[in-house]
Amino acid sequence: MSEVPAEYKYVATHEWARLEEDGSVTVGITDHAQNALGDVVYVELPEVGQQINAAEEAGVVESVKAASDIYGPITGTVIAINSVLDDEPEKVNQDPYGEGWFFKLEPDDLGELEELLDAEAYTEVCDEEEH
Amino acid sequence: MPFVPHTEADVAAMLAEIGAPDISALFDEIPSHLANGSLRDVPAGRSEMAMLQMLAERADADAGYTCFMGAGSYDHHIPAAVWDITSRGEFMTAYTPYQAEASQGTLQLIYEYQSMMAVLTGMDVSNASVYDGASGLAEAMLMALRGNKKNKGGLVLVADSVHPNYTDTSRNIVRNQGIQIEALSLDASGIVNVHDLPQDLSPAAVVIQQPNFFGRLESVDVLTDWAHEQGALVIAVVNPMTLSVLKAPGDWGSEGVGADIVCGDGQPFGVPMASGGPSFGFTCCSQALVRQMPGRIIGQTEDLDGKVGYALTLQAREQHIRRGKATSNICTNQGLLVTAGTIYLSLVGPQGLREVALASHHGAMQLFDQLTQIPGVSAVFEGPHFHEFAVRLPVAAADVIDAMMDQGILPGLALSHFAAGHVSEAENTLLVAVTEKRTPAEIAHYVSALSDILKNSTQVAS
Repeated sequence: MSEVPAEYKYVATHEWARLEEDGSVTVGITDHAQNALGDVVYVELPEVGQQINAAEEAGVVESVKAASDIYGPITGTVIAINSVLDDEPEKVNQDPYGEGWFFKLEPDDLGELEELLDAEAYTEVCDEEEH
Repeated sequence: MPFVPHTEADVAAMLAEIGAPDISALFDEIPSHLANGSLRDVPAGRSEMAMLQMLAERADADAGYTCFMGAGSYDHHIPAAVWDITSRGEFMTAYTPYQAEASQGTLQLIYEYQSMMAVLTGMDVSNASVYDGASGLAEAMLMALRGNKKNKGGLVLVADSVHPNYTDTSRNIVRNQGIQIEALSLDASGIVNVHDLPQDLSPAAVVIQQPNFFGRLESVDVLTDWAHEQGALVIAVVNPMTLSVLKAPGDWGSEGVGADIVCGDGQPFGVPMASGGPSFGFTCCSQALVRQMPGRIIGQTEDLDGKVGYALTLQAREQHIRRGKATSNICTNQGLLVTAGTIYLSLVGPQGLREVALASHHGAMQLFDQLTQIPGVSAVFEGPHFHEFAVRLPVAAADVIDAMMDQGILPGLALSHFAAGHVSEAENTLLVAVTEKRTPAEIAHYVSALSDILKNSTQVAS
């Protein structure tokens, strides 16, 4: 069973979004996703200052067997990227919700966050996918 | 794995097994109105003897000329061992041999090839090759546009001194992908005019050929610095044979920052001219751009027992993993020609390569000096050249070519079809190349034959 923290928001494309105290939103991929991908070898992150739109490609995560697009969960501007992943992409597998974060956004509209899936709804999505 | 064709008995047995009367019945599902009947006119096959006789006649028509033509394909000596080894069945008939479990020999050879090209060009990485120099330039442009994170404008500036076939091919390939190609104009000496470089076009990439199409040497350091200042990536198109003598593109620029992508055609390395093909294109780049590189890349690794082995790497760039978002649709390399090229480089070594390049250059300079002393013959461009140069004749180049061919000499390429916009009186100009194969006697014969032809033509004219 994959880990699905209750307080985060999720998207069907397996990204998680976490609202921080300063109003920024941190984004990464879920435990389910990192498990399906296998060993991550490379992450192509967006550039700081880049505009990300909800449901549009924001980057690529590459494992030994696949390369998958990462989608923006909400619309916003990238204010930080996790450059630790340049040298230690395995953090995505080891700690997908912590040290394996991908980028932080300054959201255009926090209301978009409310429309994302909660932990329960996301777990259902994963269960359905397994059939 | 050996190649074993089907016998007629094999085919008959398979047809019987699946219950089909003949092979054409397997195509019955194609609606008859779609059938293209043009194959009906293909003549019947010939015996091996008749076929060899026919081909010998055709080859004779082109044979026996001393070649002074270049323009991207050069008559260099190919040591006998190159094709002796390349023709071995393990290399010659292997099909797409990239599986690590079955093709360690091929993969190791490609890895050696990549290592040699990276050293020659002064770059960090090389791929396993692409089809040829011209399509390789198109791929390099696409690569530069993907890799230039700061400039998504889609403008590529291409020097007018780049081989016109390369520019045309690139235009064909990139024009439907939102990329615009504009020209960098030349000065009177046949190189990019560094005193008139555009300052506010914001190109994403700049393409410079060295030596350029006319054999002239470009101001590569100035151009590299300027391109980088403009926020553009530098694509260097080079004749790999010259890399043993000229500055490696990886060192271009005043601080030696270097070009970002290096490409070109590997024909000078053990590949016969063969009426224009096949050949191989090489692509090298900086480490920062490696994930944008098209084509196969072989990497060195260890197997379960800790022994050195070779395998395809960075496959997520390729279409069998990344599909429509791959860096290119190429999923092969010019394996046989790369094999020949790698064996050639191994045989001649760095010193041999240098000797070939210098001998070619010295021969060219000798011919250049002697030709320009013939009354009426002049250099088209002043300035340093490398083993190739353009001359202006007092009469039509086409007529000179015909007359020289009667003497068994291919005197050069008529520039009228290739460079009419950049060379005045283009119909009187010839692009001449000399390689290490051209003996002093052959050079002397060229000079005397041309002198005679021109003397007779002026007599006729007056």
